[in-house]
Amino acid sequence: MNSNGFASYFQFSNVNWANMGQATWETVWMTVVSIIVVTILGILLGLVLFETNGSSSILIKILNWIVAAFVNIFRSIPFIILIVLLLPTTQLIMGTIIGPQAALPSLIISAAPFYARLVEIAFHEIDHGVIEAAEAMGATKWQIILKVLLPESMPALVSGITVTAISLIGYTAMAGAIGAGGLGNLAYLDGFQASNNAVTLMATVIIVLIVFVFQYLGDFAVKRIDKR
Amino acid sequence: MIEFKNVSKTFTAKEGTVHAVKDVNLTIPDGKIYGIVGYSGAGKSTIIRMLNGLEFPTTGSVTINGSEISSLKGKELREQRLKIGMVFQHFNLLWSRTVLENIEFPLEIAKVAKEERRQKAQKLVALVGLEGRENAYPSELSGGQKQRVGIARALANDPEILLSDEATSALDPQTTDEVLDLLIDINKKLNLTVVVITHEMHVIRKICDHVAVLDAGKIVEQGPVLDVFKNPQQAITKRFVNQETSSASLDDTTVVVSELLEKYPNGLIVRLTFHGDQAKLPIVSEMLRQFPDVDLSIIEGNIHQTQEGALGSLYIQLLSEHHDSLQGALEYFNTMRVETEVIKREQ
Repeated sequence: MNSNGFASYFQFSNVNWANMGQATWETVWMTVVSIIVVTILGILLGLVLFETNGSSSILIKILNWIVAAFVNIFRSIPFIILIVLLLPTTQLIMGTIIGPQAALPSLIISAAPFYARLVEIAFHEIDHGVIEAAEAMGATKWQIILKVLLPESMPALVSGITVTAISLIGYTAMAGAIGAGGLGNLAYLDGFQASNNAVTLMATVIIVLIVFVFQYLGDFAVKRIDKR
Repeated sequence: MIEFKNVSKTFTAKEGTVHAVKDVNLTIPDGKIYGIVGYSGAGKSTIIRMLNGLEFPTTGSVTINGSEISSLKGKELREQRLKIGMVFQHFNLLWSRTVLENIEFPLEIAKVAKEERRQKAQKLVALVGLEGRENAYPSELSGGQKQRVGIARALANDPEILLSDEATSALDPQTTDEVLDLLIDINKKLNLTVVVITHEMHVIRKICDHVAVLDAGKIVEQGPVLDVFKNPQQAITKRFVNQETSSASLDDTTVVVSELLEKYPNGLIVRLTFHGDQAKLPIVSEMLRQFPDVDLSIIEGNIHQTQEGALGSLYIQLLSEHHDSLQGALEYFNTMRVETEVIKREQ
């Protein structure tokens, strides 16, 4: 078997398709589960950032400062370091440090702050007059959040989650390299370590396809909901 | 009845304290259309926003039908706000909702049942003349149509008061008039109090019963619209009135007038103001018949409709050998209840 030439990429007979299928499923599973949690957490954090912004109350200022600090710190830590840093925490929460479940805490903690910032920006882009109109009608804070902020920023929230999902797919591959399973793991172990370039190429192609599917779904959803 | 008592408002900015509103006293009677006119930055918005607690006075009090809105908070304030509709310059509609859903929005806030919301919204769509556009999104509507949705939305909770914050300032003249007609119609049909703020005297003239003129946070003049138009006291009021009542640009008239004064120093240039039925009588030709030695030339004239009848103004030049005849002519106009103002040469 020639593992060096260009032709080595196309020796598909060396690909174990059952493993490839299993790895694809793990990648999709990690992405989808973390996206669901990141969406909820990101919107909550973004909402806290938005609502506590520019308040004159000292307590609210402190809350804003704490959340902003949390978001900024976890957004700055390189993902590969975050995984290692969180290993003891992962062991504590998930009971294991290998497999797709073990990747979830670091995936979520790294992507949620990123999405929270996108959510905050999306809320800031809503025309302030519309929020004021709702206030003038006697709306409560919750009514404004549920009936104005969320629906009026929905296209930005969805395109934000699309961007976040795509970077999450990249993170799952990185998580894979240290034992979380999925296509990244497969490309590293069965591809690189085993000098089996066809596996690396196939894993890459599938990851690219997954990214395309997420991008397409996101664009389609934005198009459907944006009535501006 | 709405009452402002000694209301002042100051903002603290980096550059120092800004007195947005200074010692305003106002009484707005029920069922009338009350206009507040002023240039931008005069404090109009601050005043109207005190009526639904979007702003609070620094000192003084704002009361609506006996309840002091300027001291309400939380739930009480929100309940009071349900009874006050507001229309905005930039419409402030929710783009994610259709026309019908936008009108239902305040009803959702008031927790009205779904079935009732639909029915009410349908009725309001008909009231503002948007039948057939119920399921359109705001982005598919023209400016005038958007403001109709804004008005319907403001009326959804059967308010006692309708606030109009520069509601026609973003619209073209034709659409402005349509929206103003709608406001008059609503005021008559629903008998609600309408408070209008604007920088356009046209709006005041067309729909208001009373007007207050605001300059640098102070009310400098107020009264029934016809009185203020006929007899403006302050310089700023005169400027506003002229902006509306001269069809030609005021500057053009001034140039012609000063040329004529130069050329005929003995002639008189008079601005006549007609109102109500006087505007429909042949008063000028009757004057000429009484003073045959007076020559007359017309410089500029116009007529406008207000809520209380027609209001006309006419610039004329009177020439005569006899000073007495000119004086007699002026007196004749005065006895016919036409107001006269002799334009003097600028020094």
